[in-house]
Amino acid sequence: MAKNVFTEENFKKLDQVIAEYKGKPGALMPVLHEAQKIFGCVALEVQKKISEGLNIPLAEIYGVATFYSQFSLEPKGDYVVGVCLGTACYVKGSQSIIDRVCKDLDLEVGKTSADGKFTVVATRCVGACGLAPVMTINEDVYGKIVADDVPGILAKY
Amino acid sequence: MDYKNTILVCAGTGCMSSSSLKILKRLEDLMAEKGILEQTKIVKTGCFGLCSVGPIVIVYPEGAFYAHVQEEDADRIVNEHLIGGKIVKDLLYKEALLENGEIRPFEEVPFYNKQVRIALEHCGRIQAEDINDYIETAEGYEAIKKAITKMTREDVIEEIKRSGLRGRGGGGFPTGLKWQFAYNAPGDQKYVICNADEGDPGAFMDRSVLEGDPHAVIEAMMITGYAIGANHGYIYIRAEYPVAIKRLEIALAQARESGYLGKNVMGTDFEFDIELKLGAGAFVCGEETALINSIEGKRGMANPKPPFPANEGVWKKPTIINNVETLANVPKIILKGADWFASIGTEKSKGTKVFALGGKINNVGLVEVPMGTTLREIIYEVGGGIPNGKAFKAVQTGGPSGGCITADYLDTQIDFDSLTALGSMMGSGGMIVMDEDNCMVDIAKFFLDFTVEESCGKCTPCREGTKRMLEILERISEGHGTLEDLDKLERLANTIKSTALCGLGQTAPNPVLSTLKYFRDEYVAHVVDKKCPAGVCTALLEYFITDKCIGCTKCARVCPVTAISGKVKEKHVIDTDKCIKCGACMDACPVNAIIKK
Repeated sequence: MAKNVFTEENFKKLDQVIAEYKGKPGALMPVLHEAQKIFGCVALEVQKKISEGLNIPLAEIYGVATFYSQFSLEPKGDYVVGVCLGTACYVKGSQSIIDRVCKDLDLEVGKTSADGKFTVVATRCVGACGLAPVMTINEDVYGKIVADDVPGILAKY
Repeated sequence: MDYKNTILVCAGTGCMSSSSLKILKRLEDLMAEKGILEQTKIVKTGCFGLCSVGPIVIVYPEGAFYAHVQEEDADRIVNEHLIGGKIVKDLLYKEALLENGEIRPFEEVPFYNKQVRIALEHCGRIQAEDINDYIETAEGYEAIKKAITKMTREDVIEEIKRSGLRGRGGGGFPTGLKWQFAYNAPGDQKYVICNADEGDPGAFMDRSVLEGDPHAVIEAMMITGYAIGANHGYIYIRAEYPVAIKRLEIALAQARESGYLGKNVMGTDFEFDIELKLGAGAFVCGEETALINSIEGKRGMANPKPPFPANEGVWKKPTIINNVETLANVPKIILKGADWFASIGTEKSKGTKVFALGGKINNVGLVEVPMGTTLREIIYEVGGGIPNGKAFKAVQTGGPSGGCITADYLDTQIDFDSLTALGSMMGSGGMIVMDEDNCMVDIAKFFLDFTVEESCGKCTPCREGTKRMLEILERISEGHGTLEDLDKLERLANTIKSTALCGLGQTAPNPVLSTLKYFRDEYVAHVVDKKCPAGVCTALLEYFITDKCIGCTKCARVCPVTAISGKVKEKHVIDTDKCIKCGACMDACPVNAIIKK
């Protein structure tokens, strides 16, 4: 596992966010979004804190956090490798790209490497369909790629 | 002030992904260096639509259309064009240069000249992050001014009704009628929601409108608010659209500062403000009732209708939910009138529709055409046909809710009803073209896989039924399917269609039903012959070594089941009975001599 994100400092930031939204209708979603920004995930201990702060049962929060694909219960790696599996990319062969990424990194989709460096995700349409098939690594976008380009791209990180 | 040149640089997500902002910076730096910054208007625009040739730079007054621009090309554009006055012909988009050496302005290239732009009118023309450009170039905020100062609320609703505008988010419900319901609903507090949760994989028109023309959406929501008597709006937007979110935040702040949003708009007693709500990656939240649950901080699950949101929506108050593209039409209808809008399109579908044209097509991008344009015109004239000399096989419209349409129907005039009649759907407007290399069983499986993952799980037909359908499709693509499976698929599909709770479940079987209807042969080939004619379904393919083999023995050494034999420097052979189709040999071959078929 990579660096510890559950620091006292981060929980203090979370307290501020909770205080800001407390009492407002529909507060849970924005608080979860902010929490994910702070911790990189909404692990159970983060959810517990939100539950106490907003006075919402943990079961309800867990239900919401696991329902939406944006929220992750585990911290993501330093580099999130996303391969677009939107339709435009898929018909142009993005499945073979994600297969290659998983093979080269020896990871399953959605998992993070043991050293915390890479996480592989299958994204749903980045909206850069003109560049299909598209692969992203954090903010960097690689378009019009073939499976053989994968090792070269990964080597940059 | 008068400018000698106007230079537009695309800052849509597509072009920005290929570094258009670096080009913009380079252009600015060079112009400053040469002292021509003052005489040139620089516009950082939203999406121009023709994403496949990005990054795009357009220079006026000539309308010179520069495509695939690289950072270093900025020097030539500045030196040769802006200073030297000569268009850099070899950087032009190929269709912008005629054989006789004359240039064709950007609006007249084939991709654009069939289009009619209403929703996208300002995208690629105005500076999205500048309210003044919207006001000066695009008659911005004139429509809301007209509505609140010259029209009654009933007039506004009547105008929208008469225009024939139908919801662009999927089903095509008449917008004016929806507004009427919310207007009639009792209650002091009402809401307007803009649905910007574009979750359809392969559609990006809403994102482009938000990135390229955010004020139009804000203005339209104000008009809606005025018409139905709401003072508060929410924009529910995908968190995956960071550029659109940022531009909306800027636009909202500018609109508040300029007195358009807030109390006493333009000196009247009309009051309106808008709040952003971020979605969190759930396709079902495009469905109205699920979206409302999500705004309220709950899981995005659908509720049975009625009650309809127009009567009982967010916080149980009357609520109008309109999609981004629908809203983008509203200010223009108010300004130019219902008759103008109703004069475009077909009898029952008025106006235009934006399609995200993608897949195996030359001109990938956003296109806006009048309703009633044929698929053939869109694919061959606007889209420029299929690349690499391949044959057209099908076009998929409507994303996971839609279906595949074959070459026999290319001359269909598209509108809401004709697509539904073909077993597909307008949906949000994704239009994915497929060629002979795409397997239709695989495509059906792709969409089912999506639906299974995105089902909210509340109703059994959708939660269990789509999962069973996916399992059958997986069996078929792995070569274990039977002819009975095809009947079972159809039976399940029809049951789910008629019993699912919301639009997601009711339309989920469409990709399967339409491919079964039009490409049954391909299913039969998978089931009976255990072959995938398009060469996609791996389990049904066999690996072969071609004559390109140089006998290096690398493949034989990596094969985990020793299925490959052959002597050094001679052609090798794969024993297909032993082969486990792992693909290791193909990866190892240095001369690409191994193929699957």
